[in-house]
Amino acid sequence: MSKRKAKDAHLPIGECISQVHQILRKRFCHQQLPVKPEGVEAQHKHLAELLKRTAVHGESNSVLIVGPRGAGKTMLLRSVLRELSQETEVQKNLLQVHLNGLLQTDDRIALKEITRQLQLENVVGDKVFGSFAENLTFLLDALKKGDRSSSRPVLFVLDEFDLFAQHKNQTLLYNLFDVSQSAQAPVAVVGLTCRLDVLELLEKRVKSRFSHRQMYLLSKLTFPQYLERIRDQLSLPDDFPDGKFAQEWNAAVTTLCEDKSAEEVLQRHFNSSTDFRSLHTLLMLCLSRVSVARPSITPTDLLDASRFCLADANANMLHGLSILELCLIIAMKHLNDVYEGEPFNLQMVHNEFKKFLQRKSNSMYNFEQPIIMKAFEHLQQLELIRPADGASAKTQREFQLMRLMLDHSQIMEALQKYPQCPTDVKQWATSAFA
Amino acid sequence: MEGLLEHPGYDGEKLRRVSEQLPCREVQAGMLLSLMGEPQQYCYPSLFIYGHRASGKSHVVNVLMKELELPHVTVSCVECVSSALLFEQVLLSFFGCDAASLLPRSPSLSDFVRIYKQRTSEFPSKQTRYIVMEQAELLRDASVNLLPALLRLQELDNVSVILLSEIVWDKFRPNTGCFEPLLLHFPDYSKAELLQILSAGRNPSYSAEFYSSYINILLGVFYTVCRDLRELQHLAALNFSKFCEPVAEGKETETHKLWKNIEPHLKKAMQTVYLREVSRSELSSGFALHVLPYYSKFLLIAAYLASYNPARTDKRFFVKHHGKIKKTNFLKKNEKTSNHLLGPKPFPLDRLLAIFYSVVDSRVAPTASIFSQISSLVTLQLLTLVSHDDQLDSPKYKCAVSLDFISAISRTVNFDIVKYLYDFL
Repeated sequence: MSKRKAKDAHLPIGECISQVHQILRKRFCHQQLPVKPEGVEAQHKHLAELLKRTAVHGESNSVLIVGPRGAGKTMLLRSVLRELSQETEVQKNLLQVHLNGLLQTDDRIALKEITRQLQLENVVGDKVFGSFAENLTFLLDALKKGDRSSSRPVLFVLDEFDLFAQHKNQTLLYNLFDVSQSAQAPVAVVGLTCRLDVLELLEKRVKSRFSHRQMYLLSKLTFPQYLERIRDQLSLPDDFPDGKFAQEWNAAVTTLCEDKSAEEVLQRHFNSSTDFRSLHTLLMLCLSRVSVARPSITPTDLLDASRFCLADANANMLHGLSILELCLIIAMKHLNDVYEGEPFNLQMVHNEFKKFLQRKSNSMYNFEQPIIMKAFEHLQQLELIRPADGASAKTQREFQLMRLMLDHSQIMEALQKYPQCPTDVKQWATSAFA
Repeated sequence: MEGLLEHPGYDGEKLRRVSEQLPCREVQAGMLLSLMGEPQQYCYPSLFIYGHRASGKSHVVNVLMKELELPHVTVSCVECVSSALLFEQVLLSFFGCDAASLLPRSPSLSDFVRIYKQRTSEFPSKQTRYIVMEQAELLRDASVNLLPALLRLQELDNVSVILLSEIVWDKFRPNTGCFEPLLLHFPDYSKAELLQILSAGRNPSYSAEFYSSYINILLGVFYTVCRDLRELQHLAALNFSKFCEPVAEGKETETHKLWKNIEPHLKKAMQTVYLREVSRSELSSGFALHVLPYYSKFLLIAAYLASYNPARTDKRFFVKHHGKIKKTNFLKKNEKTSNHLLGPKPFPLDRLLAIFYSVVDSRVAPTASIFSQISSLVTLQLLTLVSHDDQLDSPKYKCAVSLDFISAISRTVNFDIVKYLYDFL
């Protein structure tokens, strides 16, 4: 009765919007686990089975989860672990060690982290004692002493697995895989990586100890499924405090997904990428526009968000350049056209610019060399031009060879959008005879 | 324009104060605020704000953080020469001294994350914490893992990293990819906006109209070259007294005359003030002109000739009875383009000495002093050593001085260098 009452309660609109933000932001930004992972049922079942065999029967395993960025590797693993943790036997049995290649940048740090997370006896409070060698032998002894029947199984999760392969001699990987191969304490090694060629990175002795069990998370999403996923991501859960508002919101989301113009926008995003993260970026932008005054997401919001996502950063930067800098870029473009992409230096650019000034009657752009150089250096600072060879201190600044980091169409488009661009500059840019 | 900023969860009075401090940046501030959400809600894990210099990136972020009293730390990547300093600063401002003192001597990212995690479990914050990194382009030069790890900090706690940079995100992306931040562009100020912002900093003893007409003139001169607000502010403050001079004699409304008065002055200011140099080149050249010994001057001249003349023309210039060689059919096609455009070419030591003996009048013995003068010219950066491989056997040099400079040098020793330069034949 009380639950029903809570469901029908009417909250003020501000409160509702705030709740919506709270729930959806958690979903988009904090990567809250979904109730049920979609699209990866087979992998989910496989991984759950594997980890359960380690946790319950004490079998040693190793597996690599491979997939592009944002494909849901961590999500898959975490949801499997969440499912496993509900079983009491697993919960009291399994020890977990989480390592990340970004954080544990060498084996010494990784070893300390393992010792710390396993709470072994040379750990006091938060500190780990002993040298690298001592830690390693201690850890290996601890693992060796155990056997299938008596010791608790350990799950090693190696995030950014490819970075672990860059460690010296791959000592950590060798030892982990070695333990998983021989009849010692039961361990499961799960590596997460985005590199498809990850096995090529492993040394031969490490590779031979790896079970070669790999799971690929490659998205086989179709567009209707993509739309479905968006609807899922945007809709509010059933236990939302204000039932009426949730219903209206969900109805609005459904109409949004069926809207023709919205569909067009989403199709464009679908064609560029299908991963969760780019989707979340888009939806987050839509969500940020939701307020009390506009309590639902409209197709125009989606359109604006999409335009925001797809904006060309280089074009934005070109828009803010001064006329002089723009002229220099046009001169560089001409040099590129004439000499077919050969690198240029400041003198050549200045010479080209002077040629343009000579053909023009009024000389409002007659600048001295130092001012040109300042503009040139600003362009270099923005990395719109880049030194052709590394040795920067060796040559004088005006003779340093540079390359232009923009292409023809970007420059022309920027010129079209440039506010109050002088006509002669525009003509100069389009004319072939520079 | 005011009162444009509205967001639930923040005090209206505070928001009003924020928008007062951010002229012409209401849209960006509003956008940022709506992305940040209410203090206790999650913000997007990382925001990347890019825009030109002085387009108000740090200003907007800092004003928002300060006025709305959000827990934040502002880190300048220029200051943090090692990541240890960065970690210390972050821990210090979020959790106080005792957290920062927990860091070991040379902390790794792992240590930082461990301490951060431990502290957040002790002192959980209801609000989003923000780490603002200024000049984030320098993060690329730090260790490879730092940037991707910072972008994923949200996995720890309700923390959000804001990166500010002049350079577009495409040049940041590591080669195995990373968590993509949300990109936010701060556009440049338009001319009208610059006028509005610059006019706000007027001298109270003059009328607003008078000052904005001054700014108008200033922008008219400098706008084609410079759009940097800070640079323009500096120039405006510097030249205003000159602009006011005729007014002291009493003719405030004659704008045309005022313009006539100030314009040449501003044009001159472009050469001196805008470039921030009181003719630095003159200073150094004057030094070298007086201090360099006689033979060093000739060595430098010989180096210049060796750098800017093709080796095939040496016979023509420096051998007495060379016969007739015409310019046009003598050289290959690529040598015909001006060498002063392409820059100096490297030459071996032998060629330098040969030209040196040819141009200097008296007989000079190749003593140790001559060779030490060559290497001291390299230390003075008038010559540069090109190849590193064999320093003793056959070193190659390049001449690193300008034409003006070398002409001045040759004038002091009565040597007509233009006669010997292939480009000016």
